[in-house]
Amino acid sequence: AGPDPLITEVQPWASGLGDGVDATPYGMPIKFESDVVRRNVGWLTADVISSINFTPIHALDGTITPQGCAFERHHSGAIELSKKDYRLMINGLVDRPLVFTYADLERFPREQHVYFCECAANTGMEWAGAQLNGAQFTHGMIHNMEYTGVPLRTLLAEAGLDMAGDLSGKWVYVEGADASSNGRSIPMEKALDDVLVAFKANGEALRMEHGYPVRLVVPGWEGNMWVKWLRRIEVMDGPVESREETSKYTDTLADGTSRKWTWVMDAKSVITSPSPQSPIHHGKGPLVITGLAWSGRGAITRVDVTTDGGKTWQQARLAAPGQAKALTRFYFDHNWDGEEMLLQARAHDETGYVQPTKTQLRDIRGLNSVYHNNCIQTWWVKPNGEAENVEIS
Amino acid sequence: DRNVTPMPTDVRVMGEAPGNPDIGFMLRPAVASTMPSDGPMGIGRTALPEEIAAWDMDVSPNGTGLPVGSGNVEDGDALFQDYCAVCHGVFAEGVDNWPKLAGGADTLDREDPLKTVGSYWPYLSTVWDYVHRSMPFGNAQSLSADEVYAITAYILYSNDLVEDDFVLSNENFTEIELPNANGFIIDDRDQTELPVFSQEPCMENCKDTVEITMRATVLDVTPDQTAAREAFEAEQAAAAASEATPAAPETAAAATETAAATETAAAPAAEAAAPAAAGGLNMELVAAGEKVFKKCAACHQVGEGAQNKAGPMLNGVMGRPLGGLEGFGYSKAMAEMGAAGTVWNEETMSEFLAKPRDYVKGTKMSFAGLKKDDEIAAINEYLKSFSQ
Repeated sequence: AGPDPLITEVQPWASGLGDGVDATPYGMPIKFESDVVRRNVGWLTADVISSINFTPIHALDGTITPQGCAFERHHSGAIELSKKDYRLMINGLVDRPLVFTYADLERFPREQHVYFCECAANTGMEWAGAQLNGAQFTHGMIHNMEYTGVPLRTLLAEAGLDMAGDLSGKWVYVEGADASSNGRSIPMEKALDDVLVAFKANGEALRMEHGYPVRLVVPGWEGNMWVKWLRRIEVMDGPVESREETSKYTDTLADGTSRKWTWVMDAKSVITSPSPQSPIHHGKGPLVITGLAWSGRGAITRVDVTTDGGKTWQQARLAAPGQAKALTRFYFDHNWDGEEMLLQARAHDETGYVQPTKTQLRDIRGLNSVYHNNCIQTWWVKPNGEAENVEIS
Repeated sequence: DRNVTPMPTDVRVMGEAPGNPDIGFMLRPAVASTMPSDGPMGIGRTALPEEIAAWDMDVSPNGTGLPVGSGNVEDGDALFQDYCAVCHGVFAEGVDNWPKLAGGADTLDREDPLKTVGSYWPYLSTVWDYVHRSMPFGNAQSLSADEVYAITAYILYSNDLVEDDFVLSNENFTEIELPNANGFIIDDRDQTELPVFSQEPCMENCKDTVEITMRATVLDVTPDQTAAREAFEAEQAAAAASEATPAAPETAAAATETAAATETAAAPAAEAAAPAAAGGLNMELVAAGEKVFKKCAACHQVGEGAQNKAGPMLNGVMGRPLGGLEGFGYSKAMAEMGAAGTVWNEETMSEFLAKPRDYVKGTKMSFAGLKKDDEIAAINEYLKSFSQ
């Protein structure tokens, strides 16, 4: 091949001019990245108003999820609620039932933390076997953002909750302002621990689809408890047993009994590339295998990777030390021989929990749990570099 | 936690601490509100009893939160057909992917269990609470307490849990026990899973053979991304093509300028031409209508590929008799008005949209109506744009 004209000839962008500074006052990704978007799966739900879509994790790197492509889950659609019209009420078993405006919330001392938010149904389709062909669809009901907000305990203290008193058996019920009135009960121990009333994500205001202007952040616990458009917090002496904590988000075992209050998200990982939507184009030789790992119980301490379907495992490299209840990026730098691979990753967290296989999970739970599937995922990479979601023995 | 500065444990004390006057000043409210909180920081105001009553509607399994009221199965049946059946079916058996509310007894330990109020839900309070606060879909919080008692009674009846003469009220509410009330255990993963999943895993020689037992492409249920990918690749190819034959810099810059000039010139012209091209429609109003239509979109589709959902698809609705779309199950009232010659036009549509249940008494549409005249006008124009 001769010299590359991209190098030897002066290109238009190297001599002409680009866009001025105000061409897009709030920018979107360049057009060449237009396929890096959320996608939904039509047959999963009755209607897009009460539905879910998936983060394009196969095309992202690092750990922070941009808000614009972070998965959405609404029960009655994403609503437009202005800061001016926003009210937050605290009532129930407190000395002073209070109403806060948005401006009020900005006057409390703030914290900031990075946390992942994962839908309990993420990877749920895998209970029945390898179904959806892509990391976006199998593992994309997750995002990871840097939140700024006020600890829930600060607001409860303002309302006069007796922190020194006996709070055993006490719960908070949290509720959104949208028509679904999504509400969940949270035990007081968690409410006073690390729950955040958040109004910024990744430095900017929450996007409408993520609960603008205020959402709840419930670190390490399933996503539907992270109530969006948060409007009310009630201190109660028991759980409400709302629709989303009884008829949904409960896990049915093989014998027909169901687990409830399965809040914490167990340790999990997935290889994001190569994967079905992110095939290998370069042939054999140096290959970056990368993925994400996370645990609702604490920090990720180790990720193992296998290229032969689990006969032999090696430790991957963590891009940064694991942070509690946040995504961790791992890399496995591999010299690919061009033969087929059965790729898997396996996460370990700081409590000693090791991500289980599908068989281990099914042995305990059966096939009907729907939620909380944190099994080890397999990608079959073929010699031509394409990958497919498969299940293996 | 990670490198986080400790939060002040007691803001009031910290603010008043000697040697820290600036922080104390910053934390005090600059202006006292009319009903200030007497909390540690004095932020927010006392919630009024009327406000708490308006928002605090949740109902607990022991009946706490239930208002006084009652409703019977017969009334519940009628209400259910009006407000619920479009999604949940006449007998609560469900339509399409919308939730099934009845049936499924003894299926929980089988493959694909059918989880309904009768087969799965542990507490009746959850039904009452959810219907009261979140239903009907698209018109939440429009039902009275008595209506909610009646609908709840009908859901019990459709699950064979009460007789057809049953009356549900706040007084007998907690006497009803649902079949799966004792079907739940509290999360036991720490006991049943954690010990098993905390073993040091095998790293070498872990298995002799590995076989692929299931493939996603055989099942083939993944959404087709071909269109997106082709568009993306076409864009890449076009970009590559233009790059492969680079014009001389001067020509390229000139070409860009010409293109830009053409675009700016073309845009207003296209806009100006639009109303005429669109058959005299007020395109501004159409655009406004598109926004208002979000309120309708849960049940109605328009445009290319529009199909009947909970409500009929609305392409060509203007000029069509009421209840006139073949294959959609209209209310008797709607079908009769159409048969008698009433046709959808700006006048009838406006009257219907203002108060649907007044104009078509017995319509299945649970939407309460549009309050603003400009919204009604916008919807009319928007629907006209799909009726030409």
